[in-house]
Amino acid sequence: MKLMFESSIPGRGCSILPACDVPIPALPESLCRKKAPNLPQLSENDISRHYTALAGRTHGVNNGFYPLGSCTMKYNPKINEEMAALPGFTAIHPLQPEHTAQGAMAVLYQTEAALCEITGMDAMTFQPAAGAHGEFTGLLLIKAYHKYRGDNQRTKIIVPDSAHGTNPASATMAGFTVVSIPSQADGCVDLEKLRAAVGKDTAGLMLTNPNTVGLFDKNILEITQIVHDAGGLNYYDGANLNAVMGVSRPGDMGFDVVHLNLHKTFSTPHGGGGPGSGPVGCKALLAPFLPGPVVKELQGQYHFQTPEQSIGRVKSFYGNFTVVVKALAYILTMGAEGIREAAQNAVLNANYMMKKLGGVYTMAYDERCMHEFVMSLEPLKKETGISAMDIAKGLLDNGIHPPTMYFPLIVHEALMVEPTETESKETLDEAIAVFLRLYETAKKDPQTLHDAPHHTPVRRLDEVGAARNPKLRYPF
Amino acid sequence: MGSYVPSTLAQRREMLEAVGCCSMEELFGHLPQQVLLDRPLHLARGLSELEVRRAMEAIASRNTVFSTVFRGAGAYRHYIPAIVKQVVSKEEFVTSYTPYQAEISQGVLQSIFEYQTMICELTGMDVSNASVYDGSTAAAEAVAMCQDRKRVKTLLSAAAHPDLIQTVKTYCEGSGMPVEIIPAKDGKTDLDALHSLLDDSVCCVLIQQPNYWGQLEDADQVGALAHESGAKYIMSCNPISLGMLQTPAESGADIAVGDGQPLGLSLSFGGPYLGFMACTNALIRKIPGRIVGETTDVDGKRAYVLTLQAREQHIRREKASSNICSNQALCALTASVYLAAMGANGLENAAAQSFAKAHYFAKEMAKIPGCKRRFSGEFFHEFVAECPDVPKAMAALEAQSILGGLPLNGDLSGCVLWCATEQNSKEEIDRAIAVIKEVCGA
Repeated sequence: MKLMFESSIPGRGCSILPACDVPIPALPESLCRKKAPNLPQLSENDISRHYTALAGRTHGVNNGFYPLGSCTMKYNPKINEEMAALPGFTAIHPLQPEHTAQGAMAVLYQTEAALCEITGMDAMTFQPAAGAHGEFTGLLLIKAYHKYRGDNQRTKIIVPDSAHGTNPASATMAGFTVVSIPSQADGCVDLEKLRAAVGKDTAGLMLTNPNTVGLFDKNILEITQIVHDAGGLNYYDGANLNAVMGVSRPGDMGFDVVHLNLHKTFSTPHGGGGPGSGPVGCKALLAPFLPGPVVKELQGQYHFQTPEQSIGRVKSFYGNFTVVVKALAYILTMGAEGIREAAQNAVLNANYMMKKLGGVYTMAYDERCMHEFVMSLEPLKKETGISAMDIAKGLLDNGIHPPTMYFPLIVHEALMVEPTETESKETLDEAIAVFLRLYETAKKDPQTLHDAPHHTPVRRLDEVGAARNPKLRYPF
Repeated sequence: MGSYVPSTLAQRREMLEAVGCCSMEELFGHLPQQVLLDRPLHLARGLSELEVRRAMEAIASRNTVFSTVFRGAGAYRHYIPAIVKQVVSKEEFVTSYTPYQAEISQGVLQSIFEYQTMICELTGMDVSNASVYDGSTAAAEAVAMCQDRKRVKTLLSAAAHPDLIQTVKTYCEGSGMPVEIIPAKDGKTDLDALHSLLDDSVCCVLIQQPNYWGQLEDADQVGALAHESGAKYIMSCNPISLGMLQTPAESGADIAVGDGQPLGLSLSFGGPYLGFMACTNALIRKIPGRIVGETTDVDGKRAYVLTLQAREQHIRREKASSNICSNQALCALTASVYLAAMGANGLENAAAQSFAKAHYFAKEMAKIPGCKRRFSGEFFHEFVAECPDVPKAMAALEAQSILGGLPLNGDLSGCVLWCATEQNSKEEIDRAIAVIKEVCGA
């Protein structure tokens, strides 16, 4: 379809602003831009149809099943959207006086209390805008803690090789050296390797539990103890919290600092890539280092305060505020029991799908999974030439968003499936049937899958060409 | 209790049976007993939708929505065309993930490609990414693009937004890179001071245009000084001002960043906003974040895809220059729809009207004794003026549902940072002037 620049007609436009009711003074020519920007000239109708067409070429959770592992693509409740759009939240200035923003501060305060209870932490910041931003913030807390104690030799962060790529990248940004430790055959932390890796230079460990293959690490207490004994701190990547909320808390597993992804676990939408929200919670020992300001309550009034030893800001103002509003509406809806019910059904749905596919597909780890599971397409590829990518593209023709592909890196030809709790048994059964059918196709008619997708707006793309000869804007 | 779980209890039992469990507890039976929570969470019981609505509306009602706003300082109340909210509420855009599966994500990908093009047009730069978190983190990411083994030091204008300065400092503290502040003189970056701070350890010079106090910087001269010493030049810009002001490219910038909030995003108590980043072709492999490129599919059809991913954390892990994964895609879409609705003429008009109203406001204010502008020089849509009694003036304005300018402190104690946009009518300005005049005893 056309780019909006290609539909632009000189002289066309929308009528938005009235005439100026005060004189417009002249600005010295040297300060003015030389040439007007090439923005499209379109009527409102043109714009509306353009974006309706683009929406039609986009698959969201509302279009169909989206079992994208590690991304928790659960349903995004509509009430959350409406509440976040209340003028009392959208039309308030971040720097208006505190006594005129008590409701907004109450949102931050109440959400902090709820999320601290869910994670077993003592304090929280909402400044981080996304999970990776939270990781960076949490690691800076660990860095500040050691520095404050004069323990300047702790320069290393231990990261399992199964970790999400943001973990090592965040550690580097925070000025740490990354020590990557190989996982055991079952995807869990190798205690001997961990013991060998820790020492006086250990600042901390970054871990996801359930881990990135969807298994709960049973040795978690021993793992966090090994790190604590060595003088390090434990960082919990909350990407997979959906599996355990209301059932088990990172704070009780021995973690000192966590980040959450409100856009995964707490039902706020992903928006085609963002905005998310990555609040960071910590135990009391790290609270003095949190970015400022944080909300405190004093005699029934909320106030902003910057903690004494704050690492400083990581973002303007207070974070992606209206995303936090949506998460609060979700928490109020769910309550204690609903939170736990969500986790239970997320795990149930994943185990059900794994069980039904297990007889045919090869599971990377043949044991009870948590909220997601990983299949290895390696045997199928050896037999038929059909890869994880081919199966994924076959799913596209069936209206299903493929699972996460080729991650974690420790499983070859990986497909990581996370159904979430908001999918019905009927949806799961239909998806299972599609997966099984594709397996049959792989054996009988592999070329169909090599050529898939067939029915999408475009078919397989030349990604190499895109990178080799970058065209990153319309050339006019 | 509210719930978004569709399975009936009977279906859950059926599924439990299928996986060989008698109960939900058994499903979690493999977790070590010591880490299981042995009590319900201390949270209120779940609520129905109507109860949630009442509770959230009660919280929202504790915020004051001012009918007139003269406060900016990094968050600006511009008019948002109706089409903007309609388009960005479309469920497909709202509920999709990062467009990893290009074949079913052409809509999002094309919208980002269009956004990149518009940011390049606004700034005059060659390449734009798909967005970062906000203007402050965009500045911090831009600084990281310039650092290398030899050149480590960042020179940052004291006239930039305090949040931007603090964020850049936090990021540089992380990577262990030094930051020095270039002092300001008469409300602008002090060029003599900049000249004396520059040496061959400096990787970049960063200024904000218009600066925190609304003043227009000598952007060309800052760029020339930076480049003379071999440093890169980063400009943080207000995107509305680019409707009329010289572009960062015309000022010689290597990287242009800024907060895209003025482009159709509501104030929302500070977020979500939009960090935009654009750079010269020379820096194309250094810019962080998602980038969408044009390509073709197997049938030769034009298509769009996430590209140059070899820069990113999921490929390079600890060697990546940035950890960014999620960005502010829906906010970038908002900015695109805003720019499409306004067009070049509309954007220039919004800029010119903001400029005109602020100048009218400053002129009228200067007539009040003790309320003259603090700095000389050109300004855009914000200005710093003295005020004989700041708390009293703010309270009197608030009583009229007017949010006054931002009271400043430190060296500028007793001064207020005022802002006007095309949303402020002459009548509103006259009313605010009358209130200030009365309070200040003229």
